[in-house]
Amino acid sequence: MPKGAIEANVTKNYGKTTILDHVNLSLKRGEIFGLLGPSGSGKTTLVKLLCGIEEASEGEVKVLDTKMPNLSMMKKVGYMAQADALYGELTAYENLKFFATLSGVHRRDQKERIIEVMQLVNLENELQKNVEDFSGGMKRRLSLAIALLHNPDILLLDEPTVGIDPSLRQKIWWTFEKLRSNGVLILVTTHVMDEAERCSRLGMIQNGQLIAVGTPEELKKQTDSVTIEEAFLSFGGGGE
Amino acid sequence: MRIIAVVIRILRQFISDKRTMALMIVAPIIILTMLSLVFNGEDLELKLGVRNAPESIVEQMEKHANVKPIASDEPIESTLKNDYDAVIDFGNGAKKLYLEGSDPSINRAVINMVQSSSMGKNQEVDLEVSYLFGSNDMSSFDHFGPVLVGFFIFFFVFLIAGVSFLRERTQGTLERVLATPIKRWELVTGYVIGFGLFTMLQSAIIALYSIYVIDLMMEGAFLYVLLITLMLALSALTLGTLLSSFAKNELQMIQFIPLVVVPQIFFSGLFNLDTISNYLSWIGPLTPLYYGADALRSVMIKGQGLTDIWIDLLVLLGFSIVFMILNIYALKKHRRI
Ligand SMILES: Nc1ncnc2c1ncn2[C@@H]1O[C@H](COP(=O)(O)OP(=O)(O)O)[C@@H](O)[C@H]1O
Ligand SMILES: [Mg+2]
Repeated sequence: MPKGAIEANVTKNYGKTTILDHVNLSLKRGEIFGLLGPSGSGKTTLVKLLCGIEEASEGEVKVLDTKMPNLSMMKKVGYMAQADALYGELTAYENLKFFATLSGVHRRDQKERIIEVMQLVNLENELQKNVEDFSGGMKRRLSLAIALLHNPDILLLDEPTVGIDPSLRQKIWWTFEKLRSNGVLILVTTHVMDEAERCSRLGMIQNGQLIAVGTPEELKKQTDSVTIEEAFLSFGGGGE
Repeated sequence: MRIIAVVIRILRQFISDKRTMALMIVAPIIILTMLSLVFNGEDLELKLGVRNAPESIVEQMEKHANVKPIASDEPIESTLKNDYDAVIDFGNGAKKLYLEGSDPSINRAVINMVQSSSMGKNQEVDLEVSYLFGSNDMSSFDHFGPVLVGFFIFFFVFLIAGVSFLRERTQGTLERVLATPIKRWELVTGYVIGFGLFTMLQSAIIALYSIYVIDLMMEGAFLYVLLITLMLALSALTLGTLLSSFAKNELQMIQFIPLVVVPQIFFSGLFNLDTISNYLSWIGPLTPLYYGADALRSVMIKGQGLTDIWIDLLVLLGFSIVFMILNIYALKKHRRI
């Protein structure tokens, strides 16, 4: 594929405030792209624009060469929202089943897929538990499982590992790397610096502007920094 | 397939939320039972037709009612259907009183008035009473019952459907659902079917209870009552989900009740429509309960069938379809396609 799997050139305003200012991104298949930035910098807004549930005030988002929002492209995207969007009064299994049908997983394959994704997030024994009895981290993991259900080509994950303990986080990142080597494009937003190191490329966002894009090595080299955190600061990020 | 997934999910939510399920079924039953125990009638201006009446008696009666002479060849039944509360026939010596009959408080008032405006004490025994609809052992609650059955079904379905669609938005699941390839109309249709199925059960239980336990008057076929309550509930459910897009939280949803739900009861026949000011009376035909209550009264009191209620049913269906389309349109706010 010559062009990027996702091509975005967007400005987003809410009323008079500009939340994203001419953000220009090109994401390829087979990479893990980390979106790094302080809270309120516009990461969530950008992810929502990419998956088609928000629309740009100026510019456009193209997924696989198709302008978003587009229903057949949404089938190819797995989205994990920052806030867990789950039905608390239902069991984990019932939640998964519902989203599996909505995302177009064939009836025949649903059970198998549900068990597969729940094993990935170590929740295979909690299928029959009501989601309202889950801890915060368990809900996060279930949301991630739901995003993975339909084997999407593109994963848009908004802070996927918040509240998940380190050993499971390792396991989840191995999964990401395996998916990446199968040609999946993964975009994650994160605050965690050691996660940033594991991304193929990073985008640094500050006050709605993309201030730097590159591999972790490039970014550190350009700024003569030892850590990503340092690099971020020397690009002008972090401070108000 | 996606529609069915939404339907199944809604039914599962009902099954796991026993409290809401109980609220929708038990609360109307309790309120109807209490009302049946305490209900009272009220007075109003009567409209009488008189036939073959002596001048003096007409003058006497005009002090208490709106009296109109009618021709002796005009059939009494059509006069009564034409908005008259009663017709008194003085032909052949004996007085005959024909009552429209569906409102017991009016029946009682007419009989009292005719007797007290006494056209000679000795003639009192001659009064012969017949009813077009209803009978003399009908209680006030029999008259108001059908309206209340309709109202409470409307009220609870509106509230629960509205809140549950709203919660979908506040807990973020609406956004998550719209990030899948589901179409907006599939989501709305799934909601209508899922709630519709549950509502069918709810309406059936409330109607059965009202008729066989509270012993509301029931002249017509039970099937029609079910059909009417279902159509009424459908309009409540589509209106509730539509209005929920204009509420930010549960409290704002509840604020719609005094604005949108309660006023409907004023135009539904619980209060006599003739007494409503002309400035307001145009509102009635714009409210679903107006048609639901009319159809329920037709079946339960007058024993009428499909030929008399099909227009009401059609209008209710029309309301639901319009509300659904508006709701599909309102969802554009969350996803353009
Ligand atoms: N629906 C909205 N209306 C108005 N402002 C919004 C809305 N959503 C987000 N914002 C604002 O946009 C900015 C970026 O938010 P967000 O994308 O959530 O940042 P991040 O995910 O990086 O923490 C914040 O200042 C937030 O207040
Ligand atoms: Mg965010």
